[in-house]
Amino acid sequence: MTAQSDSVQAHPVKNHTVQTYSPREFHRQAHDALENPQIRANFRKAMDGLMGKRREVFSDWDLETLRELGANIRQRALAKLPDLLEQLEANCEANGIRVHWAEDGEQACRLIRELCEARGAKSVIKGKSMVSEEMHLNEHLQAAGIDALESDLGEYLVQLNQQTPSHIIMPAIHLNTDEISEIMHNKTGTERTRDVDYMTAAARQQLRERFMAADVGVSGVNFAVAETGTLCLVENEGNGRMTTSVPPVHIAVTGIEKVVEQVRDVPPLFALLSRSATGQHVTTYFNMISGPRKTAEHDGPEEVHLVLVDNGRSSIYQDDELIETLRCIRCGACMNHCPVYTRVGGHTYGTTYPGPIGSILMPHLLGLEDTKDLPSASSLCGACGEVCPVKIPIPDLLVRLRREAVGEGRGNVRGAGVKRSKKEVAAWKGFQWLATHPSAWRGGTAVAGKLRALTPSRLGPWTEYRTAPKPAKVSLHALVKRHRAESRPSDSPAGTEETRS
Amino acid sequence: MSARDAILKRLRDRTDGPLAAPECDFAVVTDRGWSAQERLERFERLITSVHGEVVHCHENDWTSALIEVLASKGIKRLALGREHPVAAEARSALAEHGVALVDVDRDIEQWRREQFDDVDAGLTSTRGGIAETGSLWLWPTPDEPRLISLVPPIHIAVLEGSGLEDTFFDVVERHGWAAGMPTNALLISGPSKTADIEQTLAYGVHGPRELVVLVRHTKEAI
Repeated sequence: MTAQSDSVQAHPVKNHTVQTYSPREFHRQAHDALENPQIRANFRKAMDGLMGKRREVFSDWDLETLRELGANIRQRALAKLPDLLEQLEANCEANGIRVHWAEDGEQACRLIRELCEARGAKSVIKGKSMVSEEMHLNEHLQAAGIDALESDLGEYLVQLNQQTPSHIIMPAIHLNTDEISEIMHNKTGTERTRDVDYMTAAARQQLRERFMAADVGVSGVNFAVAETGTLCLVENEGNGRMTTSVPPVHIAVTGIEKVVEQVRDVPPLFALLSRSATGQHVTTYFNMISGPRKTAEHDGPEEVHLVLVDNGRSSIYQDDELIETLRCIRCGACMNHCPVYTRVGGHTYGTTYPGPIGSILMPHLLGLEDTKDLPSASSLCGACGEVCPVKIPIPDLLVRLRREAVGEGRGNVRGAGVKRSKKEVAAWKGFQWLATHPSAWRGGTAVAGKLRALTPSRLGPWTEYRTAPKPAKVSLHALVKRHRAESRPSDSPAGTEETRS
Repeated sequence: MSARDAILKRLRDRTDGPLAAPECDFAVVTDRGWSAQERLERFERLITSVHGEVVHCHENDWTSALIEVLASKGIKRLALGREHPVAAEARSALAEHGVALVDVDRDIEQWRREQFDDVDAGLTSTRGGIAETGSLWLWPTPDEPRLISLVPPIHIAVLEGSGLEDTFFDVVERHGWAAGMPTNALLISGPSKTADIEQTLAYGVHGPRELVVLVRHTKEAI
């Protein structure tokens, strides 16, 4: 290891111009990703590793029973959600944690900015938080002249490279060692190297200075315990502990669905989360915060705030089927096992949460107008539903959102019906009529057989990888009829033939 | 209406009506039935598998094991508490060993730079350990604040051999966590690590690079 802290320069990230991907461009982005062998290789390698480790770490468990428990704990919390949120608020406040509520990301950003401004904060250090990505907190703070720096190594690298995370657990999984070495060299002046220990040590040095200087630490929450007013954070690096312990103010931000009822609910969910996410028996740190520094204590923040963000969640909550989406504990196992995600990578989806969970969550946050291609970005192979630690029926929910998108669902998802096409509806109605009127059907197929030379050989995307279907010269029905006419003299039992046709 | 009231109202006026809360059966996360020996073996196997070091010692003589660890790792400045028996015994044993003892009963604002840059290791007691996952559990106190198990490059933790329980769930239940949580409760399972650079494991990314667990036994058995 040749870490040289002298060669490390002051942190140079000055703006947050994020490389943009949009869910509206899913098909184009998927095409680009598929043509990029580097992206495909990076994801393939990582996802294979994660799948193998998960399988191994659950091998001595009664996984089905544990998943059942995880699903029940989350479902119980959702069943009591409004009461638990009030209980969480009361217990947090009793512990000295100030609780704030936000209808949407915009309001949450404003709340956090105001808390920063009240302290005259210029510098924010961040622990990993997908909710803060969802509401674009960094850009918001930056616009107000407050520097927000990610401290999770993967998030830090992605931020240096002016990108967004491509995976909710492993944000920089789309980059390989050489690319990361290049980014660190260009942005922080480290030497070009393939020595991961050197790069890690350099990042440690750069970020330690920032932890010491930060005015505010912003983190997410993995589980918020209503009965004790406790915020739980799961991590390996220690940046989460630094973020929540070193700066004088800690602001935790979380979606309203992250609450659980009791402390005893936490161990099973933590067991499922660490094993499902990275195939570890346990993460290095499990950090449970129940208040700011007390009078006799010597470290920890003077102020702790909890910002509870709705941002579309209470709308998902209304529907008995869609509500299952809210059980999610954000492990990312559905991504790791998804044949589509593994090939196109996280950025292709153009959303904060990519992969199967993103495809059933983002339509609610952004509306189906912008995300109509996501529920279809699945082969419905079922892997995501099978590995989900809290048994979210992701394939069923994908199908439900497909129905909503074409206006065949309950119509309670934003942008429902956006994919509805009059032509398509008319075509299917016509088909339905034909298929239920035998003489018209037979007449139709006979005509189609005669005109088969005129059918188009190109049918849009269908014929990119397949040959176009051509009506048969003679329909199956006509063939059977002919066959029966020919074989009648040999006298087969008519009854059997009838039941077969 | 405030955001709070609007959110709660939407949740309470749910379109599809109230939800039934399912029963939760926790049997799968408890009742492992391991013997003390099995617990210890499992704890050691798991924590060493993630780069933690385990040193077994006798409770009457554990400070000589500590002194050996300090010497072998070249630790010259050790941060530690004062009142906890672990800290008190370490302090008296180390009085003559050329290791500077760094007091931690000072507000962090007074010595942040010193703690980040000039401490070689932090010594803490633990409340116990978890066999299933190879974890230590700590409830930091004013005597042993939270950052000394995080900021120095080496963390030395003292665990009673009899302080192991089967699972995290067992710890939460038997030690009455629901009745009152401390400001900060921690599970620590190995030194700080990351796999964010192409899944290559690297230790000591933000927290300690090394974790040494001194397991104190009442008899020489192990």
